[in-house]
Amino acid sequence: MRFIVCVKLTPDTEELNEVQPEDVGSGDFGVTMVLNPWDEFAVEEALLLQERFGGDTTAITVGDQNSTEALKRAVAMGIEHGVLLSDPAFSGSDAWGIAHILAQAIRRAGEFGLVLTGKQSVDGNSGLVPAGLAVKLGAPFVSEVVSILELTETSVTLQKLVDEGTQTLRVPIPAVISVSKEINEPRYPTFMGIRKASRMSFPAVSASEVAGLDGSEFGAGHAPLQWTDLRKPPARAGKCEFIEGATPAEQAGKLADRLIAEKVI
Amino acid sequence: MSILVFIDHSQGVAKPASWEVLGKARELAGALGLPVVGLVAGYGVDGLANEAVAYGANRVLVADEPSLAQFRVHATAAVLRAAIEVTAPRFVLGPATSGARDAFALVACELGIGLAPDCQALGLTDGGGLAADRAVFSGNILTTVVFQGSPQQESTLCIMATVRPRSYAIPPRDARRSGEIMPLGMPVEGLADCEEVLELEPTQTGEVSVENAGIIIAGGRGVKGPEGFGPLRELAQMLGGAVGASRAAVDAGWIAYPAQVGQTGKAVRPDLYIACGISGAIQHLAGLSGTRVVVAVNKDRDAPIFGIAQYGVVGDLFEVIPALTEAFRARLGR
Repeated sequence: MRFIVCVKLTPDTEELNEVQPEDVGSGDFGVTMVLNPWDEFAVEEALLLQERFGGDTTAITVGDQNSTEALKRAVAMGIEHGVLLSDPAFSGSDAWGIAHILAQAIRRAGEFGLVLTGKQSVDGNSGLVPAGLAVKLGAPFVSEVVSILELTETSVTLQKLVDEGTQTLRVPIPAVISVSKEINEPRYPTFMGIRKASRMSFPAVSASEVAGLDGSEFGAGHAPLQWTDLRKPPARAGKCEFIEGATPAEQAGKLADRLIAEKVI
Repeated sequence: MSILVFIDHSQGVAKPASWEVLGKARELAGALGLPVVGLVAGYGVDGLANEAVAYGANRVLVADEPSLAQFRVHATAAVLRAAIEVTAPRFVLGPATSGARDAFALVACELGIGLAPDCQALGLTDGGGLAADRAVFSGNILTTVVFQGSPQQESTLCIMATVRPRSYAIPPRDARRSGEIMPLGMPVEGLADCEEVLELEPTQTGEVSVENAGIIIAGGRGVKGPEGFGPLRELAQMLGGAVGASRAAVDAGWIAYPAQVGQTGKAVRPDLYIACGISGAIQHLAGLSGTRVVVAVNKDRDAPIFGIAQYGVVGDLFEVIPALTEAFRARLGR
């Protein structure tokens, strides 16, 4: 069975707070860019599925040449193939545009069992691409998967997080799933993996090479919404009042009185 | 034209965020002179439709079917799509709950509609379009999402948005309010069994989730182990709040991931957040921007958490938190 992982190059979470609002539209955030941390769980799960059920694994991304770094990390972890979809015409696409591009490339590559993604990217934070992929591929969608219990030729049984708890469900395959953090513990790349990744080339696949791409579905001009007024969140007005006291009980008593007076209790 | 609001629920009991969104929708609808249409999907949900009227819907569309007895995202999306076709709404709003988020995404993509997920504030543009504030870059940047197109399109095309729990107060409930309740009135395709729910294992009863909590007692490295969350849990239970955690505590395996607050966890909007043994890494603070009052309890007077807290207690959390539980118990008579 083929397992396809859709990945994205994003800022390193340690440096997310350094991204400046004015750089958001430029494509160059001036910070270290890495494989989207949420996608590491999807890469790991694809590898685990391959170990459990056999088959092959492919990582696929849409982006500029820098995005090969995301593919390299996936390959260094053990993914076999990497596909870079890159074309100036793709830039500015919204989630539905990216989903269309990815879906056509996945279709073009033949049959697949599961498409896996992280639950969202650490930059866009929308979680819309996985749902869009399911729509564009005409496949069932399950978000925030925490465990894959069973995979057969025709269906997958899995557990997902919902507000109420954990839901166990079965959907036919091929299916698109986004995975949550509890699903696994992503492995570190091995030395051999890193060497393999550094030697692998990821030729850019342009729009004209992807059969069935519809120019009216992607690109900046076809995104219905735009981000305006990018800004840092207001700083918390912080003048900390330290609650002093001879004993913890005295401090606790004073604090409780303050909080009751503030009407937060 | 109308504003369509999806009312998410668990077994016929509305999720509070549904009413929060309905209240805001009523305000926007008032400014635009539009009616608010509620959408209720489930099985045996008449009572919920009445509640939606009491909370401000002018009209409620109901899809009541055995196949909707359990939440299934594709079936719910099919109902939502049908409701959009029936009502041709200006905006489609819903709570950013687990199910509604996914159903909105599926429908918006199918219909090619722009969707702003996880918003924390909604307003109107000068042209009467939706202006939706949301956090991006994991809470480090805010943006206002607006429709991109001509003013003519803005005033006619549909936009969808989901709104984070606790972004707005629940509107007053008025049982005397009248509204029209009617079946969706069209066959919904796509209810078929592509998705089979086998089991739902609820989170431990009585536990409030951090997204919905008005009070959060959160622990970090300073709680030292899984047992260290015990005193925090006692305080949370007594105050009817939730237990949260920093990434350090979750990564150490002391508490499950759904409790994690911050950049790679949940963004929370409580009235009160008590950070216990949390140093206050910027990644953690990114999840706190919607919090009203932050209290920090830490041994280290120089911990960065005190820089954003309104009240600080320098001390041992294992002494301070039980003492705080006692202090509240005495004062609140619980």
